[in-house]
Amino acid sequence: MSDFTSNFWNLYIVILTVAALLFCVWILAVVGKREEKAASKTTHVWDGDLTEYNNPLPNWWRGLFWALLIFSVGYLIYYPGLGSFKGLGGWSQVGQFDQEMRALEAKTKPMYDGFLAMSAEDLSKDQKAMGTAERIFQNECARCHGSDARGAIGFKNLRSGAWNWGGSPAEIEESIAEGRTGVMLPMGEALGGSDGVQSVVAYVRALSGLPHDANLVAQGEVLFDENCTSCHGNDARGMKEIGAPDLTDSDWDYGSSEKAMAKIVEFGHNSELEEGAFAMPAHKGVLSTGQIHLLTSYVWGLTNK
Amino acid sequence: MKFFSHETLETKLPWLIIAIVVVISIGGLALNVPLFFQPSATEPVAGLKPYTALQLEGRDIYIREGCHGCHSQMIRPFRSEAARYGHYSVAGEFVYDHPFQFSSHRRGPDLARIGGKFSDEWHRVHMINPRSVVPESNMPNYPWLEKAPANEKIIARKMKALRFVGVPYTDADIESAPGELAGKTEMDALIAYMQVLGIHVKSVR
Repeated sequence: MSDFTSNFWNLYIVILTVAALLFCVWILAVVGKREEKAASKTTHVWDGDLTEYNNPLPNWWRGLFWALLIFSVGYLIYYPGLGSFKGLGGWSQVGQFDQEMRALEAKTKPMYDGFLAMSAEDLSKDQKAMGTAERIFQNECARCHGSDARGAIGFKNLRSGAWNWGGSPAEIEESIAEGRTGVMLPMGEALGGSDGVQSVVAYVRALSGLPHDANLVAQGEVLFDENCTSCHGNDARGMKEIGAPDLTDSDWDYGSSEKAMAKIVEFGHNSELEEGAFAMPAHKGVLSTGQIHLLTSYVWGLTNK
Repeated sequence: MKFFSHETLETKLPWLIIAIVVVISIGGLALNVPLFFQPSATEPVAGLKPYTALQLEGRDIYIREGCHGCHSQMIRPFRSEAARYGHYSVAGEFVYDHPFQFSSHRRGPDLARIGGKFSDEWHRVHMINPRSVVPESNMPNYPWLEKAPANEKIIARKMKALRFVGVPYTDADIESAPGELAGKTEMDALIAYMQVLGIHVKSVR
């Protein structure tokens, strides 16, 4: 950080700093000389007879000032401080940071190399590795998926065992590294308004054994077969290639109330994302491959004990 | 009485004031003034663009709601900070910030590299009620942001003011600004601002 536009600023700092120090030296020298004279009185008088002496500082006190000055000279020689002069010690803030990071890398690389050599299945049984994974999970994943990994409305429950994008270690690893953005199109219009939406919801609820209006199921099934099977599949078990969820299980990412389901069916989800927007962000480049592999085994291990 | 004496300073108040100003200026003159002549402190980092109208409005909402009271935007060059938040902050990331939002309080996490870390949807849900996604959170709810329209009336004036202090907005930028805020809520603006924070300097956490 000493990339001045001209050498003037280098000299400017040096002169100001040195002049300030010399000024302090001069003051101390003057005060020191005064000690030789007898203590003089100031003109301050209180209550008619209380006067204030103009005594010099005690020696120990002045000694501290001199020590500070000597220290500052040593400091400015050893550390960067005088303009562009880098100091004889070669210390810099960024240099120390890089050193810390290299030390961390040297410590953790063998560990992560060991993790990468293991399969996610084996790694998930390593208690110590899972302790590390738990801490990375809490820092990187818990904000959305919850500190208990049970997610929240709209954010995947990782302990449900239902995987929209596939639950094998390789698929989980891809989800973490590349991110995932599932899109549910708004179907309100295609289903012919809220009556159609209600009947499709009734049919889907019947599929997974939720309470539903039995009179609407037949119509719902027709509408479902016409509109929904291209993503959710003929058997409504979803399609992991596009992240379409299984509608026959009991796991509901956006809530299992009729109201919540009708809202998703009618208005869709993520269908109007602007360019660059995403649901689950990609973590490659943010986390190291070792960290991603470790998290994969942790997340896989949550439902595969 | 000699003029150059302690007595002058102690009995003539104007001289005392002048002497104090001179003495306390030295540090600032030596430490701060040269920064204005260091490209590493004044040039934007690669890829940094001035805030768009929507992001700028979001930034003003960030300031209005006092987000800086609990969130810093300054990752210090320490291992523990880089491991949690990403690459340490550099001066070139803040050249279009008037004023910058470094802050000195961390009741919540640092936000200097929050951009791209969460989805827009997460920010929306989290801002309405943080506990709906983070049960442990002590952040207040900000549900009104979603209902309040972004203020398109004064955005052009704000951008002109920023141009006056050196942010390179073009006439076209300023002209299209109110249109960019049309139909947007304060929530949209704040999220747009969040998503651009710190995305220009990258490193593995």
